[in-house]
Amino acid sequence: MLQYIVRRLLLTIPVLLGILVVTFLIARAIPGDPCRSALGERATDAACEAFNRRMGLDQPVPVQLAIYMRQILLEGDFGDSIRYSRPVSLLLIERLPVTLELGVSALLIAILVGIPAGILSAVRRNSKVDVAAMVGANIGVSMPVYWLGLMLAYVFSIYLKDTPLWLPPSGRLTAGVIATPFYRVWDLSIAPGTVGAQVADFLSNLVLFNSLITGQWNVFSDGIKHLILPTVALSTIPLAIIARITRSSMLDVLGAEYVRTARAKGLRERAVVLKHALRNALLPIITVVGLQTGTLFAGAVLTETIFSFSGVGRALFDAITGRDYPVIQAFTVVIAIGYVAINLIVDICYAFIDPRIKIE
Amino acid sequence: MTVQDAAVPQTEVQDYRNNSLLFLTFRRLFRQRNAQVGMVILGFLVLVAIFAPALAPYDPDRSLIGIEPVEKRAGPCIHALGCPSDQPQHIMGVDGNVRDQYSRIIYGTRISLFIGFSTIGLAVVVGTLIGAVSGYVGGWVDNVIMRFMDVILAFPSFLLAIAIITVLGRGLQNALYAIAVVNIPVFARLVRSSVLSIKELEFVAASRSLGASPLRILFVRILPNAIPTLIVQATLSIGAAILEAAALSFLGLGAQPPLAEWGTMLGSERNQVFTSPHLVFFPGIAIMITVLAFNLLGDGFRDAMDPRLAQLTKR
Repeated sequence: MLQYIVRRLLLTIPVLLGILVVTFLIARAIPGDPCRSALGERATDAACEAFNRRMGLDQPVPVQLAIYMRQILLEGDFGDSIRYSRPVSLLLIERLPVTLELGVSALLIAILVGIPAGILSAVRRNSKVDVAAMVGANIGVSMPVYWLGLMLAYVFSIYLKDTPLWLPPSGRLTAGVIATPFYRVWDLSIAPGTVGAQVADFLSNLVLFNSLITGQWNVFSDGIKHLILPTVALSTIPLAIIARITRSSMLDVLGAEYVRTARAKGLRERAVVLKHALRNALLPIITVVGLQTGTLFAGAVLTETIFSFSGVGRALFDAITGRDYPVIQAFTVVIAIGYVAINLIVDICYAFIDPRIKIE
Repeated sequence: MTVQDAAVPQTEVQDYRNNSLLFLTFRRLFRQRNAQVGMVILGFLVLVAIFAPALAPYDPDRSLIGIEPVEKRAGPCIHALGCPSDQPQHIMGVDGNVRDQYSRIIYGTRISLFIGFSTIGLAVVVGTLIGAVSGYVGGWVDNVIMRFMDVILAFPSFLLAIAIITVLGRGLQNALYAIAVVNIPVFARLVRSSVLSIKELEFVAASRSLGASPLRILFVRILPNAIPTLIVQATLSIGAAILEAAALSFLGLGAQPPLAEWGTMLGSERNQVFTSPHLVFFPGIAIMITVLAFNLLGDGFRDAMDPRLAQLTKR
């Protein structure tokens, strides 16, 4: 198994290099002038020339690519954002945790609700539960995420105002609620500017994680409250798709002969469904879960817009429309790495579930 | 001639014709409950789109200022539900530019159906050509084309569409191109695998030995076999395309105001959701119903094509 994982990891290296090159080229294909986009429409030619020289934009494209690859691979430096004049890595440390918390919780809800719903539907095929679940799933995949988000925000923050069910319509934390980073709470001395400090900053920007380990309960509950509506909106489509694939995959397996054998030898229905059938139905389900993490990302752009979250999705959207090359490159690379990582996890899951699968 | 005609009983000929995959698929399709619901909704939407001028009580693009005593963003007023009859009836309310929302929703049906059919139509045509050439020619051509398709598929399609629009510029037309482009690889792969599985079969070899040109073999002998799978995928993709186009318009990248496009309507009034929820509610419902119709129909098609699944899910 370990050998399989190592070989699978090695196979991702050329893919990652390809991603670096492609994102660089895509960013350059976006027309428009980064200087005028950063300094304003009326920047003088001289100012733009100086700007381009400072940013390295006056070099030929192949030279830019070489510099870019050297910076990333040898120094781990993604350059500075043209728009915000700050290191892109700082932006990532701020934004990525927001999207991670949102995406992971949405995926968890989709899996934890979708799979049981699909199993129930398959076991009680054509019952009222099944019909209701599948009608719900069909509506779920047809709904615009941003519309659901807006409607949820209206219902829970206006319609249910002054009730215990009230939830905030936007933002990551209520203004005034400030989370103290765990390293300050515990008085850890971390030298600023080091990799350790960056990791610590990244972790402390995971609001729920940081407040949980340090026991800042007011921050934790505020963070949860702000996360509920976006998570529900974002999880709808993956949830519906996971429920549907679970149902059809389970239906396939429940008709198989070994399931009849399991029943015939007197196993309880629960054991038949959860141990014998589910395990064999899992492969297509895992594939779909992997694919859905990609759609989660597209959903994150819209969800973060609706709920005023400053996450990666929104930042990437702003960067593309503002021609902020370094940010586009770095964030696309991060997303692509996320994609590759998910595929890796899915493949490793395959190998665990089905021992016949080995790398070719 | 007459002797041969007599030798083949008429009924047998008909039976044979009625057993074609496409015919059987359609027969099963009409018996599926999902597909029935999808077809009814879709038929209704097509009628709405065709008869929009007759159904819409107001001009969708014209402001009612100076024409009627109605306030900006006024809520729905339905006479049958107790709205005073001296007030003008607006069953879905009035938008931020004092236009009748119901009329805009009705005209929006035209745009959304057009978006769905045109984007996926373009993607099917281009994808089929690419996939057919790739599968039929094979070799390095196939390799280069398919790796390029893999690159397109490697990015989340919505983000790729945003990037393409940034290159081409904002607007409905460019949004349509962007959505068509991100959908091409799916159809190219589908057609390619179909071509690969068929091109070595005996009837193709027979056709070739009779001297048919490669183009004739490809378009007359091989590609018709891919049509059923293409229909299924296209139907499901239309729903997704409408959803994506609306999302792009919502972000301000697709259709631009004052066009009565549902995503644009939702986007331009989204900050008013807390005071005038009806302006967000109705366009969203319209998008949902349209996408739902295509999804139900696509699911029905898929089940109808797979007899094993059809047996399993028979009600």
